Amino acid sequence: MNGIDWDLVRRSLLPLLEGLVRGTIPLTVITFVLGLALAVLLALMRLSGNPVVSGIARAYVSIIRGTPLLLQLFIIFFALPSLGVTLDPWPSAIIGLSLNVGAYASEAVRGAILAVPRGQWEAAMTVGMDRRTTLRRVVLPQASRIAVPPLSNTLISLVKDTSLVSAITVTELLRTAQQIAAPTFDFFTLYGLAAVYYWVVCLVLSFGQTRLETRLSRYVAA
Amino acid sequence: MSAPLLEARGLTKSFGAVPVLRGVDVVVPAGSVTCLIGPSGSGKTTVLRSLNGLETPEAGTVRIGDVAVDWATRPGRRAVSALRDQSGMVFQAHNLFPHLTVLDNVTSGPVLAQHRDRAEARAEARDLLERVGLADKADAYPVQLSGGQQQRVGIARALATRPRVVLFDEPTSALDPELVGEVLRVMQSLAAEGWTMVVVTHEMRFARQVADQVLFLDGGVVVEQGPPSEVLVEPREARTRQFLQRLLDPL
Repeated sequence: MNGIDWDLVRRSLLPLLEGLVRGTIPLTVITFVLGLALAVLLALMRLSGNPVVSGIARAYVSIIRGTPLLLQLFIIFFALPSLGVTLDPWPSAIIGLSLNVGAYASEAVRGAILAVPRGQWEAAMTVGMDRRTTLRRVVLPQASRIAVPPLSNTLISLVKDTSLVSAITVTELLRTAQQIAAPTFDFFTLYGLAAVYYWVVCLVLSFGQTRLETRLSRYVAA
Repeated sequence: MSAPLLEARGLTKSFGAVPVLRGVDVVVPAGSVTCLIGPSGSGKTTVLRSLNGLETPEAGTVRIGDVAVDWATRPGRRAVSALRDQSGMVFQAHNLFPHLTVLDNVTSGPVLAQHRDRAEARAEARDLLERVGLADKADAYPVQLSGGQQQRVGIARALATRPRVVLFDEPTSALDPELVGEVLRVMQSLAAEGWTMVVVTHEMRFARQVADQVLFLDGGVVVEQGPPSEVLVEPREARTRQFLQRLLDPL
């Protein structure tokens, strides 16, 4: 049992950073944005008065949350080709992660919309706003403040969940670590380093969450 | 004599099996102030909210100006919002938009709903804020104001859409006693300017001094109505006398 191979650490820092900056971070950002758009759509579907529309959204969320993300990625990447749909690793990863984030975040968005007091809807109606304008200008701005803590959770989970796409051959932080570690057999050093990178990213995000919450609560009574 | 500005006939509604309105008529001439009084659960707030479709009566009609809704025909969203656009509303809990400044609250109707010219709406909103004594608070957020100030912003917001009728739902009930006066004074000045107002209130002094007519409701019906000098001073009905007595002497 040797100690830590500091030379290997030094040589690995940049390649791992590249895996983070070119894989993990863009995957996180892209899929979070797409997933959030999907989440708002699903939340509005759930809240619509139409039972078919809300039923579709409910079923979607149930299926996505009821099956493993890794399995969903495998279906998209390995199983869809048998139906004639062949996707490259990156598009597969983006689709799989976005569909997944959308389902989880939709519950946070729905809860936040429901948490906006009924009086806000009524006040908007009495000054003449239609439903759409009320949602866009009155309800969603207030709901977005309420949704920051649960959505921050979703984002932080997503950062780590992106590591699953290494299993469908997308080169991100974890896969980079695997590739460097394989010929050296020094898994401890490489996986340890990767863990530190993930942790630092999540630390930064937690810090950002606190800042954002403070900023958004400026005009709200304690 | 011309038709009254607002006319509601036969308003009927129940919550489940419990009837809350049992055929209520409200007739409001232009430029007059009508006060709805009565014990809690009497249906007065439900009447008020039926006038702008925040409640949906099962039967009865509401007409404001030349816009009418017959509730028995289950009118669609568009018909109800056409009626709602004829009035403005001041809520008991003010319901200001917390994420918007005072000025943006007041211009929310004109700009976001009526799509009027933004600069013009802002100028008009500043005039309204001046009128309710809050010209210096235009850039504040609602949370930075006192309850009385918030309610006065609510009044300015309701007036900004240039409604034909202003509906007040217990505008002072949620306020600390020392803040009630500033709101009532604003309402009194609006009445003097000729605004048509329907006010659900427990403020009997306001009703006596400002109202042109008072409707006393109990159990979902109008028990007694007339000028405040009659209904509030020499009520004919025993139920009205009893209610007023309790207000005067709660112990």
